[in-house]
Amino acid sequence: MKRGILPLTIAAILALAGCGGGIPASGPHTTDNASSPVTVFAAASLTAAYTEIARLDPDLDVRLSFDGSPTLVDQISAGAPADVLATADEATMERAAEGGLLAGEPTIFATTTAVLIVPAGNPAGITGLDASLEGTKLVVCAAVVPCGATARRIADAAGVTLQPVSEEQKVTDVRGKVVSGEADAGIVFRTDAQAAGDQVEVLEIPGAQAAATRYPIATVTDAAHPEAAAAFVALVTGVRGQAVLAEHGFTAP
Amino acid sequence: MTPRWLYLPASLAVAFLAIPLLGIPLRLAWADLPILLSGATAVDALRLSLATCLTATAISVGLGVPLALLLARNDGPVAGTVRTLVTLPMVLPPVVAGLALLITFGRRGTVGAPLSTLGIEIGFTTLAVVLAQVFVAMPYLITSVEGALRTAGFARERVAATLGASPTYALLHVTLPVMAPAVATGAALTFARALGEFGATITFAGALQGVTRTLPLEIYLVRELDTDSALALSLVLIVVAGLTVAVTSWLSRRAPRRGLT
Repeated sequence: MKRGILPLTIAAILALAGCGGGIPASGPHTTDNASSPVTVFAAASLTAAYTEIARLDPDLDVRLSFDGSPTLVDQISAGAPADVLATADEATMERAAEGGLLAGEPTIFATTTAVLIVPAGNPAGITGLDASLEGTKLVVCAAVVPCGATARRIADAAGVTLQPVSEEQKVTDVRGKVVSGEADAGIVFRTDAQAAGDQVEVLEIPGAQAAATRYPIATVTDAAHPEAAAAFVALVTGVRGQAVLAEHGFTAP
Repeated sequence: MTPRWLYLPASLAVAFLAIPLLGIPLRLAWADLPILLSGATAVDALRLSLATCLTATAISVGLGVPLALLLARNDGPVAGTVRTLVTLPMVLPPVVAGLALLITFGRRGTVGAPLSTLGIEIGFTTLAVVLAQVFVAMPYLITSVEGALRTAGFARERVAATLGASPTYALLHVTLPVMAPAVATGAALTFARALGEFGATITFAGALQGVTRTLPLEIYLVRELDTDSALALSLVLIVVAGLTVAVTSWLSRRAPRRGLT
């Protein structure tokens, strides 16, 4: 009896241990009213804006998949069926270009800047990216992630040494820890701060503009539906797409 | 008597489970392995993982074995409810466990808020990592020890009692020595599960080198940009987990299978 249960228990452990890895920001999104579906792989920070843009054109059947930019590039190079790639930084798009994954030159379609956020009410009394952060619980992205690289560049420029209590993998994890009040402050993109509404207060960082993050979009080499892919890129870079991006806090390039 | 056709689905099962695991050593840059594994972040992550998992296992044994002993002797509705509650973390998605811990031990949590006013904060500390591991791993200890206790039965204890042994004496000198292999098995399972803990840790404890960034979190972080390092660290995790599981099954073969035989 006992020997029969044990292997099952081990299997259960390994299954549970393994399944913590990736929690996708959102599953593929489908609208069934056109003949040529276009699959768009987009950075997690574009979730809200792209979901809205995808609904703009009823003739375009857009399927969206959101994740961290480097993960998306890995997935496409492993053969994932993407038609369009939009990343949250140029370095990652560059990596896709080097891997021969892009059909054309990427286009910059939006920019965003880093801001400091604190929980509503600012319980730790933080005044900005300055000495008021000392002894508080600051959360930033890890240096290898775009938002973390940006945070460090801005801090260096401001002559401030960041002493975070946690270095998160995703910008949304930073925001989550500030929203829940676990952290006293976090460095995120303005767009992420805006999505949190009045759960957080935004403190501007002087000089953040110099380290603005640019979002590129490109069609993928093996796109199954190149025309629909081009149509989606045109939609994002066009007037209607830009209006939606602006609503979500992005700045036009 | 074994039907031969069983071998077909059985070999498919073995292939499906074993090939991905064997894929890692095949893809690994073996020549670079010493460099990949001797980096400061890798060493810190490994050290932190081992230290927190050993602590979590010790806490789980200290609290879980007494609970298993009580559950094994009780079949009432209260015991049933408790049993359901304490096994729930086994089947919960780890991120749910993390959220549950956050709203309990977090700064604004039911337990965390009063502690915070006393100046004790758990979030972002190594203690938070241990709590997350205990939460998801202790159920394995409780379940496996309780199962073994029920299989073994309590006849020996009753005999000891008729010979004048106090309940505590019977527990320490009769029950526990017989149960030692089962406790060791449960502890090994707990350790293996704690080692793989990811979701609850990243949700609740954060990730900082040497403080809260355990081996699975380090793998998650480097996997996007440095596949070789991620694979090397994964191999370490597979080897440690594999050794633990191997020891477990060795112990379970030595464990008593029946009560008084």
